[in-house]
Amino acid sequence: MRTSAPFFRPLGRLRIDEGVLAECRELATEIAAPVDHLAATHTTTSIERACLRLVGVDGIEGRGVEAVPIPNRVVDEIGASVGLERGALIPFFDAVASCGGDIDAAADAIAGRALTPRWPQGADRDDAARRAKEAAAAAVNCIEAAATARRDVVERVGEAERPWLYLIVATGDIHEDIPQAQAAARNGADVIAVIRSTGQSLLDYVPFGATSEGFAGTYATQENFRLMRAALDEVGEELGRYVRLTNYASGLCMPEIAAMAGMERLDMMLNDCMYGIMFRDINMQRTFIDQHFSRMVHALAGIVINTGEDNYLTTADAVDSAHTVLASQFLNERFAFTAGLSEEQMGLGHAFEIDPDVPDQILLELAHAQLIRECFPNAPLKYMPPTKHMTGNIFQGFLYDGMFNLIGALTGQDIVLLGMMTEGIHTPFLSDRDLALENARYIFGGAAGLGGELRYEAGGAVERRAAQVLEECRQMLRKVADIGMFAAIEAGMFADTVRTPAGGKGLAGVVQRAPGYVNPVADELSRRLGIGA
Amino acid sequence: MSALLRPYGDATGDGRVQLSFTLPIASSERARQAALELARKMGFAEPQVVHMKEMGPDFSFFIVYGATAHSVDPAGLTVAEPDFPLLPSPEINRIIRDSLKRQLVVVGACTGTDAHTLGLDAILSMKGFAGDKGLEYWQEMRIVNMGAQVSPGEIVAAVDEHAADAVLVSQVVTQRDAHIFHLQEVHAALTEAGLRDRLILVGGGPRFSPDQAPALGFDRIFGRGTKPSEVASYLAWKVGRRAGLSEADLTRAATLA
Ligand code: B12
Repeated sequence: MRTSAPFFRPLGRLRIDEGVLAECRELATEIAAPVDHLAATHTTTSIERACLRLVGVDGIEGRGVEAVPIPNRVVDEIGASVGLERGALIPFFDAVASCGGDIDAAADAIAGRALTPRWPQGADRDDAARRAKEAAAAAVNCIEAAATARRDVVERVGEAERPWLYLIVATGDIHEDIPQAQAAARNGADVIAVIRSTGQSLLDYVPFGATSEGFAGTYATQENFRLMRAALDEVGEELGRYVRLTNYASGLCMPEIAAMAGMERLDMMLNDCMYGIMFRDINMQRTFIDQHFSRMVHALAGIVINTGEDNYLTTADAVDSAHTVLASQFLNERFAFTAGLSEEQMGLGHAFEIDPDVPDQILLELAHAQLIRECFPNAPLKYMPPTKHMTGNIFQGFLYDGMFNLIGALTGQDIVLLGMMTEGIHTPFLSDRDLALENARYIFGGAAGLGGELRYEAGGAVERRAAQVLEECRQMLRKVADIGMFAAIEAGMFADTVRTPAGGKGLAGVVQRAPGYVNPVADELSRRLGIGA
Repeated sequence: MSALLRPYGDATGDGRVQLSFTLPIASSERARQAALELARKMGFAEPQVVHMKEMGPDFSFFIVYGATAHSVDPAGLTVAEPDFPLLPSPEINRIIRDSLKRQLVVVGACTGTDAHTLGLDAILSMKGFAGDKGLEYWQEMRIVNMGAQVSPGEIVAAVDEHAADAVLVSQVVTQRDAHIFHLQEVHAALTEAGLRDRLILVGGGPRFSPDQAPALGFDRIFGRGTKPSEVASYLAWKVGRRAGLSEADLTRAATLA
């Protein structure tokens, strides 16, 4: 037992103006609508590739660094010969029909230019559509099966206690990551995130197979996902507690990585509506279109998404910009709803990033964390530790992380990413993680019952600060609603970072849907989720 | 009187040092002895394992105290002393004007796959860092901030397009020596384009030290906590030198950095 008192979410501790809250949600709905319309009227090369992957297209052409994934080859060929305006699946299943129903053979034939894709007509078209629909249903079954399988495994081996302690491994080599992840799980980690190599976000393809050459992280590949999931299942059995696996669906291949996560039963995915725009300079249209499809996959696979608002506070000031975190959470919540995610799947992110030299830093952090808890009572909030003000002074850093844990415990944060005392120096050592777990065990155990006892002074500093942040959030959302999402990003309203609608990487992969666009995978996903595509 | 330095625990010359490390071995008396032996090999007399913690079946963490047998003579060390003067703001502008008769054009980028821009922005943007304005503040400098994830080829193109005088390269991610590799790449690309020699080539990032510059073919490298005014002073001093301004003229109102 980590804690004496069971985990709970302290609510009703601050008097929150319900009217303001409701207005924030209405504004978010208004802001999201045109963006969702964009997603509903466009596709991207990566969405089409994700769909091909889901119906079973895989493998690579060529070797080593030159290797090109078959899904890329097929989409490129279809794009060149037919265009992608009506989707890749009908031309692809037309090719499948001419290859005797063999998906691999059709993919290889297209990739090898032995077969030129075409838009079939008449009976051929109906045949391709029927095949595509069947394959889509099977693919979506497989995603849904991940959710069922997870439930079964959790039931059998046992559920982890909350808060879930979340740790990162980042060696660059999957074979090195595995023992580190298993060691972390044995020492108490409930969630393991394999952080990705720098640069993966900018790759317009997903690398293939087990990899061992990442920088500051390990490539997200389907095989790496499979290997790590199996390794964590193994320790989970040993520990009698399901150990969750996290990766990152962001960057140019967000939809494909989401699809792979669904197929390999990952449990959580970083999947923010804006992270790639702000922090990797991915084109905003591409990102908004891709995130919608990705979130549908996550929704059906029972994956908890993690949003990335914590990052805003690395580029912007954590006091002055606290409201931007909340505003973005309302937007992320809205975009999650429209993609079919339930509240229980919304791991909205926020962070403990105020400069420790600011007077009352701890009080302010408490106010922010409690406010967010009150605003999203059913979401499994993801709380992020200090990073920006972590220096080479690991001793002070350890204490700072302890204060973060304390605020997390008092405000009932569900998913707690443990801070590393060496954050300001390098990606974590094995022992850094172990010490972080010791710190967390102490605080979450020692303060387990304390949160339930605390009440804040009515009209006191905590409540006043919370009200101020909520009000600033409302003002910001009003402004965003007024000028629109794209203009708001262009004005640097999020993360103090300026991006333009046509700027950044990946716009070339955005395709406006023509009348007659067909995507049976997306259709089937939205049908089962009960949402419009 | 000896100028030799030894670590200070709670008495002069006691040489006491604290260190921690992990060994890939299960916790046991043998593991503890292994940690002690390792400490002795590192030059610690009478080491003590004050903490041994099992981390799963395969690893143990140790905190060790010992007294080092070694000492150093700081006077005998070669230290890359800053060789440029810290100039007051107006002097920076004046020197650039006198040397170039036009603005100094600075191209800055964070290269490779590194997406960290805050360090570069701290140096370049008006907002600056630690109470110091960034390079954009000086009228005699024109700043082209290319942001992050910039390839060496894009830097070469920007140098051409803007007829740059100086290139500033930032690198934050250091795992597997990514930062070294990326600076080398930029150096190679500029050299190949025949631009290296006419440029002031400056690198920076939290894990660099100035003495790495010559080996990487850079004119100067700045490390953690660099202030923009130091970089501005360096650039002005360097263009002044290249333009043949006398040392006296360059350091007129300067304190030595
Ligand atoms: C902020 C931050 C981010 C932000 C960056 C936002 C942005 N727009 O810059 C976000 C959230 C996006 C981010 C992402 C990642 N980060 Co980060 N991040 C940090 C953090 C918290 C602070 C860095 C910072 O900005 N410091 C403030 C600036 C002002 O300081 P500075 O960079 O040292 O710059 C100063 C000097 O070095 C110097 N300088 C720097 N550049 C230059 C250039 C010139 C020419 C000159 C003269 C001087 C100079 O002057 C500056 C002013 O004094 C550090 C941890 C820490 N506390 O240091 C991790 C850290 C740097 N990140 C790290 C990692 C691994 C990542 C990721 C790769 C993780 C991943 N796998 O996804 C990703 C990035 C992926 C990628 N493609 O790069 C590691 C790097 C480990 C290592 N040593 O290799 C760190 C150390 C965290 C850790 N312990 O793991 N990160």
